[in-house]
Amino acid sequence: MQIEFILNNKPVTLPIKIDEFLADALRKYGMLSIRKGCNTSCCGLCTVWIDGKPTLSCNVLSIRANGKQITTIEGVAKEAEVFAQVLVAVGAEQCGFCSPGFIMTVLAMKNELVNPTEADIIHYLTGNLCRCTGYMGQLRAVKTYLGVNII
Amino acid sequence: MKIVGTSIGKIDGMAISTGKPVYTDDLVMPNTLVLKILRSPHAFAKITAIDCALAEKIPGVECILTYKDVPNVRFTVAGQSYPEPSPYDRLILDQIVRYVGDEVAIIAAVDEKTALQAMKLIKVAYEVFEPVLDFETAQGHATIVHPEDDLHCNFDIGMRQEENIVSRQKVEFGDIEEELKNCDVVVEETYYIQAQAHCMMETYRAFNYLDHMGRLVVVSSTQIPFHVRRKLARALEIPASKIRVIKPRIGGGFGGKQTVVVELFTAIVTLKTGKPAKIIYDREETFSCTNSRHAMRLTVRLGANIDGYIRAVDIQGLSDTGAYGEHASTVFMVVGQKTLPLYNKTKAVRFMGTVVYTNKMPGGAFRGYGATQGTFALEATINKLAEELTIDPTELRLQNLIRQGETCLTYDGKLLGSSTLHRCIETGKKLIGWDAKYPRSVNGTKVRAVGMAVTMQGSGIAGIDTASAEVRLNDDGNYTLLIGSTDMGTGSDTILAQMAAEILETAMDNIIVNAADTDVSPYDPGSYASSTTYVTGMAVVKAAEELRQKIVEHGAKLLAVLPDDVEFDGQVLRTLTGEKELSLAKLAELMVLGAGNLQICGQGTYGSLVSPPPFIAGFVEVEVDTETGKVELIDYVAVVDCGTVVNPNLAIMQVEGGIVQGMGLAMYEDVRYSEKGHLQTNNFMQYKIPCRKDIGVIRVAFEESFEPTGPFGAKSLGEVVVNTPAPAIAHAVYNAVGVRINSLPITSEKVFMQMRKISNE
Repeated sequence: MQIEFILNNKPVTLPIKIDEFLADALRKYGMLSIRKGCNTSCCGLCTVWIDGKPTLSCNVLSIRANGKQITTIEGVAKEAEVFAQVLVAVGAEQCGFCSPGFIMTVLAMKNELVNPTEADIIHYLTGNLCRCTGYMGQLRAVKTYLGVNII
Repeated sequence: MKIVGTSIGKIDGMAISTGKPVYTDDLVMPNTLVLKILRSPHAFAKITAIDCALAEKIPGVECILTYKDVPNVRFTVAGQSYPEPSPYDRLILDQIVRYVGDEVAIIAAVDEKTALQAMKLIKVAYEVFEPVLDFETAQGHATIVHPEDDLHCNFDIGMRQEENIVSRQKVEFGDIEEELKNCDVVVEETYYIQAQAHCMMETYRAFNYLDHMGRLVVVSSTQIPFHVRRKLARALEIPASKIRVIKPRIGGGFGGKQTVVVELFTAIVTLKTGKPAKIIYDREETFSCTNSRHAMRLTVRLGANIDGYIRAVDIQGLSDTGAYGEHASTVFMVVGQKTLPLYNKTKAVRFMGTVVYTNKMPGGAFRGYGATQGTFALEATINKLAEELTIDPTELRLQNLIRQGETCLTYDGKLLGSSTLHRCIETGKKLIGWDAKYPRSVNGTKVRAVGMAVTMQGSGIAGIDTASAEVRLNDDGNYTLLIGSTDMGTGSDTILAQMAAEILETAMDNIIVNAADTDVSPYDPGSYASSTTYVTGMAVVKAAEELRQKIVEHGAKLLAVLPDDVEFDGQVLRTLTGEKELSLAKLAELMVLGAGNLQICGQGTYGSLVSPPPFIAGFVEVEVDTETGKVELIDYVAVVDCGTVVNPNLAIMQVEGGIVQGMGLAMYEDVRYSEKGHLQTNNFMQYKIPCRKDIGVIRVAFEESFEPTGPFGAKSLGEVVVNTPAPAIAHAVYNAVGVRINSLPITSEKVFMQMRKISNE
């Protein structure tokens, strides 16, 4: 079977298997930024946007993408780069394996929350695990990026 | 210094953070076979029959390998310099399976689904044995985990196979029992540390193929390319010259990837089929079929006089290495090695104990490598001793800790080259507000309290690990830095380039870093044992200095003056009189043009006779809810002596990350097995690593020392950072509610139950 959807602003027709998850289908299609870290919807590595909302693509069947707008970090490369520069300047990317999923959540948060507090930021990003940085550096980067005063 | 000591962004930072295809699985070529492993459902069994006939008939299945198909030569998968102290107790596939998850068969197919389909059709008959699951009863158990007679140790580590003992150790200086008798105060406690999981975000993975010369090219998410090459050569019985190992970008290691976990499986499939093969472990396999921190029981006895001097330190331990002996003797040894030097007013110290085999997942290398376990036990007991002596625990430490220029019983007369640990304690006290907050303040049902601990680690393995580096002047005037160390996200490629750039007085952009490819890189054992900044760093310094000297020599020749008459500012060589000059670019051009020239290259090799310890003083403030036992982290202060800080931002990140991993060990990461030996905490639902709501605030400060044997005065940082949270948090919880939790993790449930027990008494 095949599905039709908009991937990073371009229409795509993709043959899929009925039991295939979106993360696997997108990766097979060449979206190599997508990684699976847990298979239990805990780690946030596979975060993409479905119709603008951050979603765990390892836990969504490909068929659910039919007719939807799917955005990966490849589709928001410019915005991602702006935040990544801040992240790198702080040194908070470390191994970088969780970064694409993390950045997709950060960019979604920027679109969604108006003047978030530090607590709002931490809450919004809780589903993105990181084993390297201890989160503090990521928080410094996000606050710099959003123009929130750093304590 | 202009470049060393500044927060330069990681040279790979933009690519890795924006999802560019630079990790192992991103580089796999089309038409690569996908491997899956059939695993033992039993903790201890012998395969009596295995039938793959039906599975092999599935279209798309390329091959299925069992114990009958592998070389009968034992090896160790521990990533250590040869001769490894770990026993050669493994085969690629063995007829005996020793834990739930041990490998039974390798299935290679065109895709994952086909491989899984085939796996279901393999029929295996087992003779099931009684397993040894409790490490406290392993010694002398009726079940012998390794009965085979071809198990081999490179040297005596105290192995007694028939008793399930991998290693027995004892180091004693002075007469410990006699000293304890003479002490005014003796305290004793027993501790349990769990088999923490690394939980690097990128699970274990590798792929390989045969190149144009028929050589096996292995691309692996590994910390140890050269050890991988050597081990593959032995286990597969092929010459090492036929193997190339490449490390791309890695999504975290934490020591887990200091063990050869997956490379043998892909390698044997490619050698058998001639086809490229890849393997990716999922999270469940990563939890239950790889390696972890060694679970331990440690009993500490401390003796002191009422004047507050600690006179005797005795640590007795039992370590659980699981089904195989990777890093078994060395992790255990480090428990004593990184604790006994700390309190040097002692007259006797001892570390002794046993490492045993059990039928559980093997232990391995994990950030801290025994020092973590030892620090928890020793420092928790030091805090208890302070209470017995009614001395402030920070004061007890300031009075007893080793200082720069001093020695200790285990140092064999050698002096400690650098330490600011006392200053770390003073600074930490101020930052946390110790004097105002110690020990507690009560606000209704919420009690806030502070706790602390100190720790040391090493920098490289003294007298064993040796790294080399090369810096080459390229034809167009830039440099290539060749190293074999393995940046796993730490930023080591960046800080090593900073060191070279500093010496060559050039910009970071002029240095091309090429790392961790056994065909190209100079030898390096790999990034482990906190060695890269210190050992590889010193090799880079030597290589860059040699190249700089050669640039001056060759420049002088071209300028027709003596080398002493030339100065080099990184761009231009000038005679001291200023009459003649030659640009570096021109020199580079001339060195590769015409007859009689030589492309110039600096080489450096470094191995150290000492392993200079970095130090940390860790302070924590917690809030405990007396109604529920809930422990909340409020504030963590880590004050660090890592010698010179090479890159402040990357150093801070190492510290913060290590502290949070230590918080996980201390409070959240519980390890549970079923009665039959099945690991139940095998996913992030069951095994909770800290998320960003679980950690409070972490603050990091540095008290720089200058290590005379290190590059620019630097010591290590990567491991020491994980050690203080467990004892500091245990201390704070005790100070809050009087509950002493000696068994990690310190869960709210344990705190609550213990509080209830005390109030019932």
